This record gives sequence, structure tokens and C-alpha cells, in this order.
Amino acid sequence: MTAPQLFFAYFAVMITVLSLLMITRRNPVHGVLWMLVLFVHIAGLYIFLNAEFLAAIQIIVYAGAILVLFLFVIMLLNLKKEETVKKFQKHWLVGVGTGIIFAVFSVSIVRKIEVFPQLGKYTIEAVKAEGNIMTVGKVLYTKYLLPFEIASVILLVAIIGAVVLAKKRIE
Amino acid sequence: MVPLSWYIILSAVVFSIGVIGFLTRRNLIMTFMSIELMLNSVNISFVAFSHYLQSMRGQIIVFFVIAVAAAETAIGLAIIIAYYKNNPTIKVDEINLLKG
Repeated sequence: MTAPQLFFAYFAVMITVLSLLMITRRNPVHGVLWMLVLFVHIAGLYIFLNAEFLAAIQIIVYAGAILVLFLFVIMLLNLKKEETVKKFQKHWLVGVGTGIIFAVFSVSIVRKIEVFPQLGKYTIEAVKAEGNIMTVGKVLYTKYLLPFEIASVILLVAIIGAVVLAKKRIE
Repeated sequence: MVPLSWYIILSAVVFSIGVIGFLTRRNLIMTFMSIELMLNSVNISFVAFSHYLQSMRGQIIVFFVIAVAAAETAIGLAIIIAYYKNNPTIKVDEINLLKG
């Protein structure tokens, strides 16, 4: 195996193991902490794929904002007694079977995947000459300007919705 | 050079782990974290395709996926808190108000 393949193998094994650890922890706080390590590894994979901007976003938004949100909600709910009861549902075998069948099907479908012809113009050299963030920004603010604005509306809806849902009812 | 299919297989495996977590866990918060795991696995495949097709489109879509995931988490956790105020449980098999 060449060095990039070894690098990828490390990240692939770690991502799989960490996600398995994450979904099997009894205490949600432990699950969140394993997920933090998992997200750092996914960010490493993004850097490996020449997506530095997304690696930074992955750390800042996922590890910095979303996981802290999860930790806050776990703290607010006070789940001490939930930890003692069993952690899987009654029909857990059905779920595991569904997941394994899904994995077998999707892996057998995508195993032979190849890059189609008609490569785009953003080669590694072209992106490197300009910088990844500038390239992403240029595409985002020209071709994808409307989706970008819609994303800001979605975030506004999320802010208002979270406040309305979580506020105390006024009697 | 790492083949593209390795990334897609990794993405499929992590997505399946997310599906298993979503279907089996009793804790609503763990269910939510499984959804985040599935979104992340899809992001891996988007970025891999973006790299191998030499196109920026995949990275842009991942950007939007992350924005929507943040919004979805905020709303979902707010719903969990609102539910917990009425019925103090977050076990998914005890949340059966809509059962006939």
C-alpha cells in the first residue's frame, strides 16, 4: 500500500470504529464525546480531499456548535434515571438486520464505481493557485447565490422555531 | 492514489451504522445523533465526488447540508425539550401518543 492509501485506511478504520462506539454508548454524553473525535477524523479526511474550507467548517460548526447544543440539551433534560434502563429498543434485531441488508446492498452497488469522463475545470493545480476558500467563495457567490440566500432564510426559521418551541408558556 | 470507490464504500458503511443506530436506540437524543452521523457520511461521499470529478459543486452542496443540519438540530432539540416539559421521558418506545 502506498502512503495515501495507508492514510486513508487509518481514517476509514477510525471513522467506522468511532461511529460504532458512538451508537452503542449507554450515556449520551459519552456518545457526544466519541462523536467529537469522529468529526475531527472526518475533517482530516476532508483535508486529504483538498477541501480545507469544509474541514474548518466541520470543526467549527459540527464540533463547536452542534455538539455543544447536544451537550446543553442533555444537561437540561437531567437523564440520570434513563441510564439504568436498557439502551436498545425491543425490536433491535429488526433494526440491525435492516442496517446490515442496507450496507450489503449499497456496498455491492458502489463497489465498482468509477469516475465518469467530462472532468471539471477545478483541478488540484487550479484550486491551489487561487486557494480553496477563494474558489469556493467565487462559486458560492456567483452561481449558487440564490441557494445561499435560501440557506440564510432556513437558519432564520431555525432560530425563530427554536425560540418559539422552547420558551415557557405564558399563563 | 486512493480509488474513489473506497470513499463511497466508507460512506455507505457509516450510513448503515447510522441507520442501525437510528432504528435501535431508545434514547431520542442518540437517535438524533445517528441522523447527524448519516448526514456526515453523505458529506464524505459528496466531497470525494467533488475531488475526483474536479468540480466545486460537491463542496457547495456539503456547505448547504451543514447549514440545514444545524437548523434541523436546533429545531429537533427544541422539540425534544418541548415534549419533555409535557411528558418527562425521551424513550422513543414510550412516546406513543399518536398510537390509536
